[in-house]
This record gives sequence, structure tokens and C-alpha cells, in this order.
Amino acid sequence: MAELVVVRPGAYHDSVTLMRASRALAAASGVERAHVAMATPLNLGLAEEMGFDVPAGAGPTDLLIAVSAADPDAALAELDRLLTARTASTAESGRALPRTTAAAIRSRPDANLALISCPGEHAFAEALDAVDAGLSVMIFSDNVSLAQEVALKERAEGLVMGPDCGTAIVSGIGLGFANAARRGPVGIVAASGTGAQQVTCLLDAAGVGVSHVLGTGGRDLSAEVGARSTLKAMAMLDADPGTELVIVLSKTPDPLVAQAVEAAAAAMATPVEIGFLGADCPDLTAITEQTLARLGVEIPEWTSWVAPASPAAPRRGRLHGLYSGGTLCQEAAYLASGLDAEFTDFGDDRYTRGRAHPMIDPTLRLARLSELVKDPAAGAILLDVVLGHGADPDPAAAIGPALDEAAAAGLRVTVALIGTGDDPQGLDRQALALQRAGAAVFTSNAAAVRHARTLMEA
Amino acid sequence: MLRSEPVIVTAGAAALAQALTDQAARTVEVDWRPPVPGTEAALAKVLADPRREAANALALERLTATRPQVVTAAPAAELLGLELGAFLHAGPPITWDRASGPLRGALIGAALFEGLVATPEEAEARFAAGEYTLEPCHHRGAVGPMAGVVSPSMWMWVVEDGGRRAVCSLNEGLGKVLRMGAFGPEVIARLKWMSAVLGPALRDALADFGPLDARAHMAQALQMGDELHNRNRAATSLLTRVLGASLAKGPDASEIFAFIDTNDHFFLNIGMASAKLSCDAARDIPGSSIVTAMARNGTDFGIQVSGCGPCWFTGPAGVPDGLYMGDYGPEDANPDIGDSTIMETAGLGGFAMAAAPAIVRFIGGTVDQAIPATLSMYEITAGEHPSYALPSLEFRGSPVGIDVALIARTGILPVVNTGIAGKVAGTGQVGAGLVRPPANVFTDALTALAA
Repeated sequence: MAELVVVRPGAYHDSVTLMRASRALAAASGVERAHVAMATPLNLGLAEEMGFDVPAGAGPTDLLIAVSAADPDAALAELDRLLTARTASTAESGRALPRTTAAAIRSRPDANLALISCPGEHAFAEALDAVDAGLSVMIFSDNVSLAQEVALKERAEGLVMGPDCGTAIVSGIGLGFANAARRGPVGIVAASGTGAQQVTCLLDAAGVGVSHVLGTGGRDLSAEVGARSTLKAMAMLDADPGTELVIVLSKTPDPLVAQAVEAAAAAMATPVEIGFLGADCPDLTAITEQTLARLGVEIPEWTSWVAPASPAAPRRGRLHGLYSGGTLCQEAAYLASGLDAEFTDFGDDRYTRGRAHPMIDPTLRLARLSELVKDPAAGAILLDVVLGHGADPDPAAAIGPALDEAAAAGLRVTVALIGTGDDPQGLDRQALALQRAGAAVFTSNAAAVRHARTLMEA
Repeated sequence: MLRSEPVIVTAGAAALAQALTDQAARTVEVDWRPPVPGTEAALAKVLADPRREAANALALERLTATRPQVVTAAPAAELLGLELGAFLHAGPPITWDRASGPLRGALIGAALFEGLVATPEEAEARFAAGEYTLEPCHHRGAVGPMAGVVSPSMWMWVVEDGGRRAVCSLNEGLGKVLRMGAFGPEVIARLKWMSAVLGPALRDALADFGPLDARAHMAQALQMGDELHNRNRAATSLLTRVLGASLAKGPDASEIFAFIDTNDHFFLNIGMASAKLSCDAARDIPGSSIVTAMARNGTDFGIQVSGCGPCWFTGPAGVPDGLYMGDYGPEDANPDIGDSTIMETAGLGGFAMAAAPAIVRFIGGTVDQAIPATLSMYEITAGEHPSYALPSLEFRGSPVGIDVALIARTGILPVVNTGIAGKVAGTGQVGAGLVRPPANVFTDALTALAA
């Protein structure tokens, strides 16, 4: 094996493309290790941890390629093929693609929505193009400043979903991380991406569909932002003839803002179910059940898959929640109160600078998991696996080997699996694969936490 | 948004765009790349400026609504109050000690032409001693191609719109000419003939003909294969036709027609004065990030920006990449020089390359490159010129209103067509080609806007 580390100044690719290319390269024959990423401090650190000598002076606008392979030059050629595959397909159209959102809107005057997912420090410019052209915009990017969020929401005629809006479904089209949910009468306004995904998937399991799922960004119900997007989205759904009931979801809101949202809900013609998460509030599953009751739909038993018998004696120790979804993480932390437990949200801004969201890129979560396997103080693991458009095409395959190791070490794993039967990854297929790797699998996050509690208290 | 089918613009992660395509959604993808490094903070501030959108719209409106009329020709002394010993030059301000070969050559020639000095050596000594004043054409509502040197006795085109005016010298022709830094006896003799014969004849012809609508004239030339910076053959031919009957009434008509016939760029100076008048209309709008002038003095490339008033942002002028005449090569070339980049500032020249397939070889390109060159300029401009339609783009208006914020966001620099002067004073033109401005002039302007 020979190592090759190359820095390409100014060569930009988005983090998802790089992560997929990096994984494909690492899986190629003759390649031992590969790390292809923009040279952010986090990614440089990762390369060093992988044992590569990182040249000094590389920065976030440079492409870092580190590969250990029998024939590094061949690996580099393979990487270039992977990275240019898409460029070639766009070149077929014969015309260069627009370089800014404003230029794209000029080229498609009927555009009515923009999906912005460039790195957060650059998202404002693109989002502003959309706002100034009168479009609604979904800002998937995180790391956008609060001042910029307020400025965008103040200026917008249309709806600003985000920043850090992970999911939306507009007229049946899923944006960002969105599940293939059936269409129906429930409209969802969510300042919480995975909260909306949990509710959508449980409704789908109960046979109830959604009209639209409108994200607002996690800070929308803060005092500074004042629920600008939530109130606008509620009004849009109130005016939408396809929406018969509205659910408003948020992590713990500012109390005054919560009152304003409640007052707006009371004034709407469409009935509203409000779900603000908190220590003594109903969990997402309970909110779904209340909604089903209001619609007169029977509440089903939420599907789960029990863990196979453990090959090793179960360990005792702390419960570690390793989440990709922020709201799911917060919900689990509330439900695990009183337990010796520690929760980490790998979707937090801290972990996503210069790399893709953990629903796409499992690297950091897997690294933590393998640390815990070796940590005798760790007793059990709780984690979420989120399916749907935009997410990892086969998360069970990515996480499976780590779960096998955990099972072999007596570390019991409980998984909250958020998805629908129509999701591209297949709910049953993923559940069975996770179960085979030794995990207990629940479609309700709340049920998963309660299961973990019973393990801890047994 | 909820009432009609989503049509979605995507910028960022390709996988998220792919997920939309997989759902058969209608999308248009942005080829997003990070902005020029170091501009993030200034960009955020400038983009968030609540004045920006309206200010840029106003700048664009004023720039494109200007209707330049060629009204007369007259000596610089009369038009600008230029006194003997005062010289105008192209580009941002510069002193003799930093002036390049062709600018020095042109200044020497102008001093000889005015009779201020007897020999080139004497001229050099007096310029070096600071006996004469140097000032940019742009500071006097004027522009000049290449060295752009104007002295009091030189005649200039006068272009007006309402109460506003811009002026530009008369074009001397190709080869060994003052604007390329040549100052031999034939150069001085030609300048004298232009002041004595050509200027007055043009004045009389315009008096007879009446104001000439330069905007309509240029719109026609664009449809005849000119981009109006490095190709002015159609515009010059049209000018001869339009002014022909009036010129023919004068005593020296045959000589003048013969002179114009040897000079395909005869119209360029009218175009430059017109572009200057248009760009000046967009000046001094608080909050606007639109470029109102790009100009080079052979040493520095400078720009001015509407929201920054008269301030120049400068960087080193680059050496054009192009084709060379005769035995000349890149080693003979002077760095970029001239006010003629006012054409690109007004949405013509390199920005209208798609209109001029005949000259793409001359400026070192291929026909296939001309259309993408123009298309890429739409990425850094605020709008399209309603009067300057490009036939090869289905009569789309030429890209106009260069926005420094868009340059910082895309890293795309303006495409400039240009002549190439020899670097040794007295050489004259050695070629023509394409040049890119230094990136820092735009990012520095952005930083100033953000301050």
C-alpha cells in the first residue's frame, strides 16, 4: 500500500458528493483507506486521525484527497471519474448551468420555490436571490446567522423555510430529507425536521396522509424570530382547500411566541393541533395519536422488531443516545430523564461544518459508536435511523458492521427507525437488516426510549 | 407556492437535487461554487443593505435609458477648458514615473503636436520634471482609447443626452498612431491634419445632418457583426453612409472618405463617448454595487462603482492574450491600456462577443467560445440592454450593469476585448486580444461598499 495526499486549491464539490465519492473510492478494489473532503479543520483532523500526513496551508476552499492504495494514481483517476460523472451529464445539455440562484430564476420564470443547501456561511446570498424574486425558499443549510434569518424572513413575500430546515413536502414533492408519505388531509408546520418526519411516518402507518409539510427552521419560535414563518405557514395551510387539520410542531418555544402561535391557531378556520415539546408535554407519538383521535381514525399498534438473543452477556452502564435528528434527540432526552444517560445530536451545527448531515454521512456517529464498544462504562445505545428521499440509500448497510461489534461486546442497541413503506430504502428491509445486526427496532422514537429504559432498569 | 405545481431552483448538495429529479419534480439546478475567498463578510453586508436592490435597479434603468446623440465635434480646449500644458490620459490617475511606454510615447507625441517641445527628449525631461499636468479623461467627462492622451488642440466628438455630455477624441487609424504610443513625424502630421481638416469637416457635417442617434446606430451595427470594441467595421461603414451626403458638401470630402476607409475603428470613439454618457448616468447612487467605469492606464486597471462615488479601485493591468501582428509577440506587449473598456461597462465589446463571430479568431478564440463568453456575462450583470439585441441569442438584450457583488459570488471576471500596444514608447499597435481585469479591483470595491 502507498499513501497519496493531494490538495487541489479552489476545487469545490459539495459535501454530499464528496462523501459519496469518498465512500465509493474506499470500496474500490486495491484501496485501503480514502478520505476526500474540503480541507476544513474538522476534515483535516479526520485525515490525521486516519494516519495521513496532511500538508500545511490547506484551507476550507481547497479539496483534500488522501488515499492509501496499492496503486494511488489509479485511485486518483477513479476519483476523478466519480467526481466528473455528474459534470459530464450536465455538459450534455450544451449550456453552462446558471451560477447563482438569481440567474437560475431568470432562466425559469415559472420557478416558485428554491432549495438552498450550500454551506451555511454562503446560504444568505442564494436565499436572498429567491426572496428578492418573490419565491418561497427552503434553506436546508445550517450555520446561518440569526440576523440573516430575521432579515430574510422580514423581506420575504413567500415562505422562508429554515435555515436548518431538514424536511418539507410541498404538493407531494419531498424536499431535503422527506419521507414518501401518502397524500391526505393533514397539514404540518414544523420548526423541527425530524419531529415532522416522525409524525408524518406514524400518520402514514395509520393510513392518514399529509397535504403539505412546511418547515420553518428550529429558531423560528425564538423571541428574535417571533414565529414569522410559522404564522405565515399556518395561514397558507388555513387557506389551502386540501388541508383539513393542521399540526404545529416545535422544540420548546419562547413563551410569548408560543402564546402568539396559540392565538393565531385559535383564530383559524381549520382545526389546529399544537405540539410543543418539553419536559411535561406530550411526545411526538402522543401528538400523532391525539390527531388520529380527532380525525376519528383508529390508533394502530406502532410496529417494532424485537432484538435477537444477545451473543454476549449484556453490559451494565450508561445509556448513550447517538442521534442524527435534533428533535428526536431532545424528545429522547426528556423521556430518559432520571436515567444515567448522555445524548449527542450529530446533526448539530458543530458536527456539520464542511461535511454532510449524519443522515447522509455516518462517519462521525460510527466513530463514536466504535469508541463506546471499547468503553466499559457504556451500557446501552439508543440511536435513530431516518429513511426517505435525500437520506443515505442504505443506512442499515452502513451502520450494520458497527452494530454487529456492539452486539458481540454485549452493548445493547435500540433503534428508532423513521420511515414509510414507500421510502426508497424500504422500511421493512431496513428494519430486518438492523434486527439481524442485533438491534431492537421501533417506528416510534418514544417507544424506543421506553424500551431502552426497561433495559436499563431491568 | 401551495396553489401551483412546484418548480424548484436547487443550489447546493447535488444529492438533494437528484432526490427531486427522482420524484419527477420540475427543477432547475444552480452550479453553485463558493464565493471568492475572503469576500464572505463584505458580501453578507452588501447583500443585506436594504438600499441595494432599488439602487441597482435605478442604476440599470439610468444606464440603459440614456439615448446618446452625436451633436458636434470641437477642440478639447473649447470643450473642456483644457489649457496648454494640461494632458488627459486613459485609466485611473497616474504619474509620469509610473507611466508605461505607450502612455509616455503618447504624452511625448502630444507635447510635440502642441509645439510645447522641439524633441522627444525635451518632452521626456519636462514631463519627468513635473512641468505638465496629467489627469484622467474620466475626471473631465471624457474617454480616450489606448493611451487616451488628449491635448488642447485635439478635436473631439461630442455626445449629448438632454443636458448631459460626454466627449472622446477622434480615431487616428491603425498601426503607428499616438494612442498606441507612437510619436514619429507621420503621427504628428496626421494629428495636425485631423485638427485642421477632419475635425472641422465633421463639425460641419453634423451641423448639416443634425444629431445622430448613436444608440440606434450601435443597435444596427450589433446586428451586422460588430461588438463595437474590437470590431467597428459595420458601425464605421454605416457612419460613412449616414453622414456621407453632409460630408460631401465640404471641400475635403474625398480625402476624408479615403481616411475613414483605411480605419475600421473610426466609429469606436463615438461608441466610447456614448458608453461613457450611459455609464455616467448610473453614477453616485448610494448602495448601488454597479460598476460605472473600467479603465486602464497601461500600469493599473481601475474601476469605479456607483455607490462609491469618484473613488478608483485599482490593481495591476494584465497583458492581453491574443494574436500579434507581423513579428511581434507577447514579449513586445504592454500591459492593458485604454478607456475603451467603457464599452464592456456599457454591455458591449466582450460582453457582446456573441454578436461578432467574424473577430473571434482575431482575439484568440473560436466561434464556439463567443456565445458562452457572452452568456457567462449575464451571471455578473444586473440586467439586459433593451436596445442592444444579440441576434445569435434570439435577440436577447446584451448583458449590462456589472455588479461587483455578483463577481465576488461567482468569481467570474468581465471579458474584455482590447487592442495591444507595444511596450516600448513609439512602437504603436502590436496585436489585439482578450484580457481579464485583476480580481482585487472588484473585491476591494465590495469591501468599500460594505464599510
